[in-house]
Amino acid sequence: MTRPNTQVMNRAALTKRILGKLHKREAVVGGIGNSNWDLWAAAPSRPENFYMLGSMGLAAPIALGVALAQPERRVLALEGDGSLLMQLGCLSTIAAQAPRNLIIVVWDNAIYQITGGQPTPAAQSGTDWVAIARASGIAKSHWAADEAEFDTLIETALTTDGPHLIAARIDSEPGRHQTDRDPVRFAQAFTRAMALPIG
Amino acid sequence: MTTAAPSHWPGEILAAFKAQDVRLVPYVPDNVLRPLIAAIEADPHFTAFPCAREEEAIGIAAGAVMSGMRAACLMQTSGFATLPNALASLVCAFQLPVVMVVSERGTLGEFNPGQAIVCRTMRPILDSMGIEHHTLTRLDECGFQADRALRQAFATRWPACLILSPLLTARPQ
Ligand SMILES: Cc1ncc(C[n+]2csc(CCOP(=O)(O)OP(=O)(O)O)c2C)c(N)n1
Repeated sequence: MTRPNTQVMNRAALTKRILGKLHKREAVVGGIGNSNWDLWAAAPSRPENFYMLGSMGLAAPIALGVALAQPERRVLALEGDGSLLMQLGCLSTIAAQAPRNLIIVVWDNAIYQITGGQPTPAAQSGTDWVAIARASGIAKSHWAADEAEFDTLIETALTTDGPHLIAARIDSEPGRHQTDRDPVRFAQAFTRAMALPIG
Repeated sequence: MTTAAPSHWPGEILAAFKAQDVRLVPYVPDNVLRPLIAAIEADPHFTAFPCAREEEAIGIAAGAVMSGMRAACLMQTSGFATLPNALASLVCAFQLPVVMVVSERGTLGEFNPGQAIVCRTMRPILDSMGIEHHTLTRLDECGFQADRALRQAFATRWPACLILSPLLTARPQ
């Protein structure tokens, strides 16, 4: 299996589509750089967003921790392909714990965009994220063929038992707005938001 | 290989976890930690499971502690040595009370030269980030140290590291 010939979409646009579907104080963990910059661009003051800094590859593990602590809350990780590649073992950990409320979204631009656009080894080799996720034990893993299917996959993931993984091919546009660099405030706001009941 | 002396240090650590309401215990296994992992996994108070990598355990603990579930990550010295980036850019930068329990290899009779060198990096790394660490050496003190270190970590929202010395885990008590 290789990366399928799905439509190339845009991370900022897809992130907005995700945020438009969140009405129950779902937690969203943005991965390093562009993933959280576009999350910031979509909803900067949303306290249920967690904007990670330099711990490349840890968006999905952080989201797993939230999901295990709060099984009733839906939790999304938005992660770049290079970042996921750095921490692939977490897919097995997630599959083993099988949190029903966890959703991983993989932004596949085939490059390390933020560091200069170098191709990832996964892109050079034709690595298929969905095949890897399924082989790791996350059965509900899908490529989004286009925006309409992306919407459907997110809606299904928000309303049915997971864990879910959704991969989207995206263009090489950088993130729209850099986040504030205020990690202590982000952690405190997120912690307070997680103490509130889901909507 | 060192074999754990028949002592009750795992019970002391487990009791401190419970007293401080630690519930989540992601770990990468180590032979010295075996009786602690077994005791925690046998106790329904805890959710404990192996991770592929120590950084993952730190990420999981960070997410959990921000969501109201206290966590402690178990690992060996060499696993700790993979962590400086995650500790600096996640745990310290966001001021998260993530607790680590590290079984100390590389000292007091180590046979593996690599482990011995790795061991020497651990305390300088912790000190460089201002992460409080306590080396647990005595059965009669380890419960108190663990309890107080965890209490302080959660109260001051700052990480802490408990180092399990062979003096505790291998010395006949
Ligand atoms: C452990 C670690 N290694 C390297 C870096 C440098 N770095 C920051 S972002 C990045 C690329 C991220 O790639 P990807 O997740 O695919 O996101 P994209 O930039 O393509 O949106 C790299 C290599 C880092 N921050 N941490």
